[in-house]
Amino acid sequence: MTKKLRAVIIGPGNIGTDLLMKALRSDWIEPVWMVGIDESPGIQRARDYGLKVSTDGVDGMLNFIEEDNIKIAFDATSAYVHAENSQRLTARGVTMIDLTPAAIGPYCVPPVNLDQLLKEGHQGNVNMVTCGGQATIPLVAAVSRVQAVSYAEIVATVASESVGMGTRDNIDEFTRTTSSAIESVGGAGKGKAIIIINPAEPPLVMRDTVHCLTVDTPDQPAITASFKKMITEVQRYVPGFIMLNKPLFNRNKVTISVQVEGLGDFLPKYSGNLDIMTAAGLRTAEMLAQQST
Amino acid sequence: MNLSGKNVILHDMCLRDGMHPKQHQISIEQMINISGALDDAGVPLIEVTHGDGLGGASLNYGFAAHTDEEYMMAVVNKVKKAKISALLLPGIGTVDHLRMAAGCGVTTIRVATHCTEANVSRQHINLSQQMGLDTVGFLMMAHMVTPEQLLEQAKLMESYGANCIYCTDSAGYMLPDDVTARIMLLRSKLSKDTQIGFHGHHNLAMGVANSLAALEAGADRIDGSAAGLGAGAGNTPLEVMAAVLDRMGATTGIDIFKLMDAAEEQVIPIMDEPVRLSRDALVLGYAGAYSSFLLFAKRAELRYGVPSHQILLEMARRRTVGGQEDLIEDIAIEMAAIAKH
Repeated sequence: MTKKLRAVIIGPGNIGTDLLMKALRSDWIEPVWMVGIDESPGIQRARDYGLKVSTDGVDGMLNFIEEDNIKIAFDATSAYVHAENSQRLTARGVTMIDLTPAAIGPYCVPPVNLDQLLKEGHQGNVNMVTCGGQATIPLVAAVSRVQAVSYAEIVATVASESVGMGTRDNIDEFTRTTSSAIESVGGAGKGKAIIIINPAEPPLVMRDTVHCLTVDTPDQPAITASFKKMITEVQRYVPGFIMLNKPLFNRNKVTISVQVEGLGDFLPKYSGNLDIMTAAGLRTAEMLAQQST
Repeated sequence: MNLSGKNVILHDMCLRDGMHPKQHQISIEQMINISGALDDAGVPLIEVTHGDGLGGASLNYGFAAHTDEEYMMAVVNKVKKAKISALLLPGIGTVDHLRMAAGCGVTTIRVATHCTEANVSRQHINLSQQMGLDTVGFLMMAHMVTPEQLLEQAKLMESYGANCIYCTDSAGYMLPDDVTARIMLLRSKLSKDTQIGFHGHHNLAMGVANSLAALEAGADRIDGSAAGLGAGAGNTPLEVMAAVLDRMGATTGIDIFKLMDAAEEQVIPIMDEPVRLSRDALVLGYAGAYSSFLLFAKRAELRYGVPSHQILLEMARRRTVGGQEDLIEDIAIEMAAIAKH
């Protein structure tokens, strides 16, 4: 077990705690530190799980990086805080996995471009795009790896309870970041993202629709097979990622809908949008760990 | 009911909500002709946008014949007195669209959210207010919450900088008492400087009655649409509303005969089908589903053989909100599969 990469989680909120639960089960990652800015239920929980804690931000643990052999930092704070954290930690050789919208490093959607990022060498900082991006960009890529996609559009419908104030305060960031990653990672000529928030009780499970326009007539069997393969890839870290109905083909338009149910580690199962972020973040760290052994 | 002498701002929707029944295919020439006629009739405020607001052009909701920019520029250049508004739904459109609209000469921005999600509108309302625009917070599907919950959300939008708050009956579900309760509470608890508006749909034929109830309870602005051109059974027919207000002695600044001409001669001829209280529209109003789902359900019926009104009932049963059009095809496929067995 000495092979495990040792990690710090910054941000003891819902996301950080859910990530901690997942990391505790990992064969490749060992969570060692939880970093907050004050005493909080999240800090106490981390302590209960045997982690070292800082209530003084990253400052409280910087001196322990070498001693504790910290190689990975998951940042679940905010874009603004992340910029500072990243500067300090990457300077000490820690790889940042950024779950905020800061996007200092390249976008990472594990089944689509993580291999490529690893091949290109140690990046120092990778960004996990957005929840809607993690849920849909694999499906855009599943089409674009078969044939050219001129335009891709995603609609993410999420439960009101699962959308935090960070996202609400700057919902345009979701729209812009997701659109941009649909192009740069998903491989579409042009991308568009839409998010719908529904307050129904009981809360609805995250649902995503992906529409792609192919340049030539879509190769239906090849695209259907590619979707299936990609969905299996995503299911390796989000088992509740399932296709709803069959892919629809209408002239040059390809449409697929998926439901994303979380594991319910700390976050409720319906918030698959949050689960897929923490799971993708951990998956990225695990792939890094496998590569470095 | 006494509305004598009351000043009422009527806001026309046929070039925005009317984009739904037109599948967003209104031509520039039609926009110019209609807005010119409305302006000539003295309609003070005209909305021009994709049916789903700025940035609504999409595979999901439909691409319009022209860009929002082209439509807005054409109308702004045509009208002499009327002000032009644009709708923006955070999650679909962004502040970039807002800036573009202001650049085209739009002077009213209406930021729309579901009636429980006002806190996604802060950045857009903030910016619109800072730019000195007439800034409206537009709370959709307002029948789904109590008046008290609606007030809480309205206060958020007011705190972000909205100078007018709308109670929006997107499903055409409300009855006059529902409208009265909501508008009265908003009027008594929001700042005196904040205007109140009501946006109706005619799915239970309550467009005019509900709008009158809103005015009696203290509303300042009423949305309607020339010839009713709008989603579902359409919006409150503006020329009817103006004629009723004229009979009641309220002041709208509108020449009702010119408005009737605009509706009859400019708007009716562009309709693909008469906007009427069909079974589908009635179901929208009766069960409380978002009005622009109607044509999507009709298309799903053609494709999968499931009755459109049954699809709409299911959409209401699942407590869907505006924008969830992508669920309609899935529901139709599910219902068709069940019907087979």
